[in-house]
Amino acid sequence: MSVTLQDSDCPVILRGVRTHFDRVRNVWVLLAPERVLKLDDIGRAILDEIDGTRSFGEITAILAEKYDAPPERISEDARTYLSGLIARRMVEAR
Amino acid sequence: MSAPRANPPMAMLAELTHRCPLSCPYCSNPLELERKDRELTTDEWKDVFTQAAEMGVLHVHFSGGEPASRRDLEEMVAHARDAGLYTNLITSGIGLTRRRLEALDSCGLDHVQLSLQGVDAQMADLVGGYKGGFDRKMQVAGWIGEIGFPLTLNAVMHKKNFDRLEETIAIALDMGARRLEVATVQFHGWAAKNRAALMPTREQAKQARLTVNAARARLAGVLVIDYVPADHHSDYPKPCMGGWASTGINIAPDGSVLPCHAAHTIEGLNFDKAHERPLKDIWYNSHAFNAFRGFDWMQEPCRSCELKTKDFGGCRCQAMAIAGDAAATDPVCIKSPLHAELVRRAEADAEDDADLIYRLMPD
Ligand code: SF4
Ligand code: SF4
Repeated sequence: MSVTLQDSDCPVILRGVRTHFDRVRNVWVLLAPERVLKLDDIGRAILDEIDGTRSFGEITAILAEKYDAPPERISEDARTYLSGLIARRMVEAR
Repeated sequence: MSAPRANPPMAMLAELTHRCPLSCPYCSNPLELERKDRELTTDEWKDVFTQAAEMGVLHVHFSGGEPASRRDLEEMVAHARDAGLYTNLITSGIGLTRRRLEALDSCGLDHVQLSLQGVDAQMADLVGGYKGGFDRKMQVAGWIGEIGFPLTLNAVMHKKNFDRLEETIAIALDMGARRLEVATVQFHGWAAKNRAALMPTREQAKQARLTVNAARARLAGVLVIDYVPADHHSDYPKPCMGGWASTGINIAPDGSVLPCHAAHTIEGLNFDKAHERPLKDIWYNSHAFNAFRGFDWMQEPCRSCELKTKDFGGCRCQAMAIAGDAAATDPVCIKSPLHAELVRRAEADAEDDADLIYRLMPD
């Protein structure tokens, strides 16, 4: 089974996965079962727009607008990023 | 010698108690189990979690024995979560009721890791040494799913169950687990007494790898599988995670602070108690934590080996157990003079058909 993400899919951050500001290391992280992922600004910006109701297409449109970047580029980056999290069972596409 | 600079720990293993209704023959607890009256109090544990969060720990794993044996588990989870920690409960499920799970849910428990002793009642109850354990566990798994906790199933694999790996994967899927840990038994603690009953064959270890790889491909996006291979059948040792005292900090039931759960077996190391010395001081400055940090402590062949920055010379506890010297090369390594003997013994143990020796609680 391959992991794909369509524009109409609605990504959700799964329970047990949450962003956290690590005060000691001064960095944002994504906490998940047995895993800690360091979040860069882009990763955080993507995850911040996931609210459980917005579709992937809507999220990328918001990001493109917010960061004044080409939508195709944003869409490609966000798809790669979220597909990685889907494969790791941290995000689900519904 | 000045100690190499350490980074803050990422994770804490909190062994709340050694008490457990099961008596698994591969339990990682020490042979000398602590009694209830030696356990840290609720307030002492809470202070440990506060200190852990302040020094940079992100995940706390509530473990044991069976952590549910502590009636104050819920209170400690709530405290750890309030301190900002990610809370994981490592449990056999025995001792948990639906009500307790609901209470843990409202305390903010993030994740549950359930251990599996076997794929059916016959096997599971034999390995766990507890009649009815399997049925109870399946019931608990149902409640975990209904409440919605993210679940990891942890299956310790060995000679007696490796051939049922596919069924183990099927159970993880049935339970709705997101992760499965296929962990080949590590021969520390009680497992060291059970080598002849548990050592997998080379063929089993090889087949397991194939099964895991096929399942990973088939179940991408459904089930994440972490695999801990059988190192006695390998040419190179498993890396000591990031190096000695680099990543995790363990607290034993009596408050002893250890770099890893088997570290108490290493002669010459004295472990401070969490209620007697600040955790941060223990982590950065104690002799035991600095003993094998960096590379200066290494002997040949590790000292001049380029792989040392990747595997850190393997496991110190295994070097202690087999080479009799914690600073020696892990005998799993093909460059160790003890490798041939280790392989010979592993193969002999794999062919054996010994009975299980169960873990025993002190009276
Ligand atoms: S010699 Fe030491 S460092 Fe090199 S591979 Fe073996 S255990 Fe690792
Ligand atoms: S010394 Fe051994 S048991 Fe301890 S963390 Fe390293 S590999 Fe694991």
